[in-house]
This record gives sequence, structure tokens and C-alpha cells, in this order.
Amino acid sequence: MDRLPLIMTAFSIGLIVVILVSVRREHIRVESSVSWLVAAIVLLGLTSSEAALGHIATLIGIADSVSALLVVAGAVFLAVLYRLSLKLSQLKDSNIALTQQLAILEFRVNSLNEKTKEPAG
Amino acid sequence: MVLIPALNEEGAIGRVVTEVREVLPGVDVLVVDDCSTDSTRNHAKAAGASVLALPHHLGLGGAVQAGYRLAFELGYDYVVRVDGDGQHDPRDIPRVLEVLKRGDCEMVIGSRFKEEGGEHSGAIRALGIFFFRAVLRPILGKPVHDPTSGFVGVNRTALALFSRSFPLEYPEIEALVVLQRKRFRFVEVPCKMRPRTTGKSSISGFKSLYYIVHVLLGVFVNVLKFEGRRK
Repeated sequence: MDRLPLIMTAFSIGLIVVILVSVRREHIRVESSVSWLVAAIVLLGLTSSEAALGHIATLIGIADSVSALLVVAGAVFLAVLYRLSLKLSQLKDSNIALTQQLAILEFRVNSLNEKTKEPAG
Repeated sequence: MVLIPALNEEGAIGRVVTEVREVLPGVDVLVVDDCSTDSTRNHAKAAGASVLALPHHLGLGGAVQAGYRLAFELGYDYVVRVDGDGQHDPRDIPRVLEVLKRGDCEMVIGSRFKEEGGEHSGAIRALGIFFFRAVLRPILGKPVHDPTSGFVGVNRTALALFSRSFPLEYPEIEALVVLQRKRFRFVEVPCKMRPRTTGKSSISGFKSLYYIVHVLLGVFVNVLKFEGRRK
């Protein structure tokens, strides 16, 4: 067996262990771990099945199945990163809206407090 | 309302607020403090401004939009934004308001290039402005002399739009494209820029390159989003 599939197998297993440990320690939320676990399991499946890898190599027109593995691994992780970018953008938008809303509410509460203090003073 | 976004401008903000209040007595002045680490908000309050204090640093666009949102919620019809560093001369604000109140445009830009000797910007910035003028000309369908100007007045229609959607970083140029997308009109009026006396520009050195790439991408994305563009 080529060295690269072995490395990819070890990498996939390592990734699964790291993600599961992180979820257990609540460093990563379960919903955020799903993308990484699916990516790692897909890679693990491909590295352990030469037939599947050969089929994919033929499908995408790459003669060498090891090169096909690298291409698939790159594509899978790009997809995961893209999904994370989407999440990050959504979170940033929410964060900005919440920050603005909080500041506006605080401004209005302070204005009301000042108005209610005025007659007493 | 006069809106002044500020980040660590304790050396200038008091004077800016005071000057604005002298030129426009009775007009509300709102300083949006973008989570300054100095005493910007205290100086602004002491000078007589209301302060909208952001609990986290949002960047210029986020700060300006927060001010627009508050102004819209409070029912203001016109908002003029000036920078907190004192480079804009508040005596130009009435001219911006006058054009806005005529009602033939939704946004008025105070342009340092509409008047001889009005400009006060470095060589790199001037080059960037020249570049973006050329980029924006075909998109906007008319020339814009000072697309990076932070001296901007908007009426309630534009305020409604910007309170919902406003570019976050380096917003001035993208805001023009957003306006064009909605078929809103803008007019430029001459204004004077004064040299900065305290603090330093947020766009310098390597950030200039990042600024160009970021804004170009923002313009491109906004052009792709065009809905109902004038045929």
C-alpha cells in the first residue's frame, strides 16, 4: 500500500478523535462538529476502499488513485471551510446587529432615566 | 441630526462637537463611540453631544449604521455625518442640509475636489480617489469627484435604506453603489478639508492596498446585486 493512503487514514482517525474529544470537552458545539466528522469519515472510507477510490479516479479522469485521494481530500476540506465561512458571516452579521441594538436600547434607557430624573431635580 | 462616528478621538471630538453646535445651535449632535479605549465619550458628552456607546468595536460602517438606525428610529428626516477627527469644517454642514432639503436627491456628499484648494489629502489617497472615480464613473452613470468622503448628508429615504443595509468596512464607496442600486440620487457640494491635528488615519501603509482590494470586491459584489438598475 502506498504511504499516502496510510497517512490519510491516520489523519482521518486523528481528526475524528480530536473532534470527539473537543465536543466532549465542549470546546466545539455538536452542530459545528458534524462537518468535520463527515469529512473525516468520507476520507477514512475512501482510504480504506481501493475500489471506491479507483472508481472516483476514473470518474474524475485521474489515472493515479492516490492523486485522486488528494483531490477528493482537498475538495472535502474546501467544502467544510466554505460552510464555516458561511457560519462565520452569519454570526458576524448577528453580532453586529445585536451590538447595535444593545447600544440603541442602552441609549434609550439612559434617555428615559434622564427624563424621569428631570422633574424631581 | 449631526452624526459623528468616533474611535479614540479624545483629542479632537470635543472641539468638533462644540464647532457643530456653534454652527447649528439646536440641532442634535450624536457621537457614535466605536468602543474607544480613551475618554472620547466623556469629551463628547462634556461638549454637549448625545453618545451612542457601542459595547464592541464594529468598525466605521457598523458605527455609522448604528447611528443611522437610531436616527431612523427616533424619526429624524435628515442626518449629516461628519468625521470625528476634525478634518471636516462644520460650517459646510448648512450647505449640505440646504441641498438635501431641496428634495431632488437622497444623499449629498461634501466633496473636497469640487472647489479649488478644498482638497487636503496625501498622494496615495489622492491616487486611490482618482482610481475609484474611474471605476465608479460607468457604474454610477455620472462622475463623482470625492467617492471616499466621509462628509455625507442623507434624507429619510436613504436613512431607511442605510439603517437596514450598510457596508461595514470602508463604507463610503460601496454606499454609493448601494444607492445607485436603489435608483437613489446623489449630489456633491464643495467642502473644505482641514489637516488632521490629532490621531492618525486608519488607512495607511499596507492597509491602503487592503482597502483598494476590499472596496473593489465590495463594489463588484454590489454591482452583481443590482436590482432594477436604470436601463
